[in-house]
Amino acid sequence: MVKGRMLQGARAMAEMVALCRPKVISAYPITPQTLIVEELSQIVADGDLEAEFINVEGEHSAASVCLGACAAGARVFTCSSSQGILLMSEVIFNISGMRLPVVMICVNRSVSAPLNIWNDQQDSMILRDSGWIQLYAENNQETCDLLLQAYRIAEDHRVMLPVMVCADGYVLPHAYEIVDLPDQEKADAFLPFYEPIYKLDVENPSTMGAYADPEKYMETRYMIQETLKKSIPIVEEVARDFSNTFARPSYGLFENYHVDDSSTVVVALGSMAGTIKDAIDELRTEGEKVGLLRMICYRPFPKEALYEALRNAVNIVVIEKDISLGASGAVATDMRAIFQGRDASPRISGFVIGLGGRDVTIDDIKLAIKKAQQQFEDADFIGLKEELELEGIDA
Amino acid sequence: MKITLGTVTHPGGSRVNKTGSWRTAGKPHFLHQRCIACDLCALSCPEGCIFGTGQKTYYANEDYCKGCGICANVCPVEDIEMVSEEDEHG
Repeated sequence: MVKGRMLQGARAMAEMVALCRPKVISAYPITPQTLIVEELSQIVADGDLEAEFINVEGEHSAASVCLGACAAGARVFTCSSSQGILLMSEVIFNISGMRLPVVMICVNRSVSAPLNIWNDQQDSMILRDSGWIQLYAENNQETCDLLLQAYRIAEDHRVMLPVMVCADGYVLPHAYEIVDLPDQEKADAFLPFYEPIYKLDVENPSTMGAYADPEKYMETRYMIQETLKKSIPIVEEVARDFSNTFARPSYGLFENYHVDDSSTVVVALGSMAGTIKDAIDELRTEGEKVGLLRMICYRPFPKEALYEALRNAVNIVVIEKDISLGASGAVATDMRAIFQGRDASPRISGFVIGLGGRDVTIDDIKLAIKKAQQQFEDADFIGLKEELELEGIDA
Repeated sequence: MKITLGTVTHPGGSRVNKTGSWRTAGKPHFLHQRCIACDLCALSCPEGCIFGTGQKTYYANEDYCKGCGICANVCPVEDIEMVSEEDEHG
């Protein structure tokens, strides 16, 4: 018998957040994230979670409420997408700079203009440099599993940094899947009460993230950089503990899908891994040595572990739902940097796919793999509509 | 000096930031000739860096003074004048 319940992704995520017992939740509606916080506000209103749900006038305020409440010693949660993430971005940097273990879900969606509410990963990719830990989920079960782990990682006194769990918009929160959630007792045992190192206290007044002149600021960034590097084994440690506790695999830094015996390895993040695995299964039945490295922990970027996993690959095919406009895909750029000055030097091609919710098909994945096997591609757009005339581009 | 996680500081903690180096337009010179200890210079100082305990004792802590000149402007007996620091530095 399959364990778990058939739940809409958003409901499952909301129930998982409630199991983590946040004391303060603040959010502002934006599609496709809204369902999650709607469910949470209902859970709080029904008295099933002892928390304050604070309605605000925008995402900048939602993140600020979470920053303040976390600084006062509370476990907090927020959630957003797209323009909401961009509006939060100033506070996102403040949260990591103040070393506050805020946990949020970024329900991935494209950014305007033009207005498009569908899924890609441009929103969270923009914040890869913010000092947050970023974990990308493939499905609803993993999103829930990563949420529980996210608080453990963030609140670990060796880390004390915020965590963003990224879940592809529509593909995950709007989909019904069987999800197995732990009971409260087991969740509590895995995730003990949050014990802050510093908190706002009227008896002992303090300021967080005040003023650091050129004589001190640089050290604060060095501290976050070093801590993020040291948090790589902690992400693995928490995933191992999760797997042992809940008898379900949690992959930690990345999932290895037929990587070890493959000369061509696809690297990707998030829900499209399902389609990629189908493409790989088909190619492998035809005798092709193709695998997938599905990255979960994108920040911190586990350079050593990735190098070891991919050193025997001949072709690395990065397929991503984002683009650093004017350069290349963010993940492709990072992957190429890993191999600089090292013995292994695979060809690392980059493909941009599925922007603004364009469908990602098995044929698209196979095309990217085939192209990468033939020649180097920097940031090749897969799935462009040839029938559209593009002013300023087409002669 | 220890930099804590999230740069947590306590009241008075900003004293370590010696911001007097921002000064560009001269500094107050307390003449100590006509001072009546009215305390206006200390009360008006936006940095709170002027101190005195009686007539002709007032001075500005140059580690924090920005050289704004408010003290010289409010002094009712014109006992403070702004002087250029460029001469000092040659």
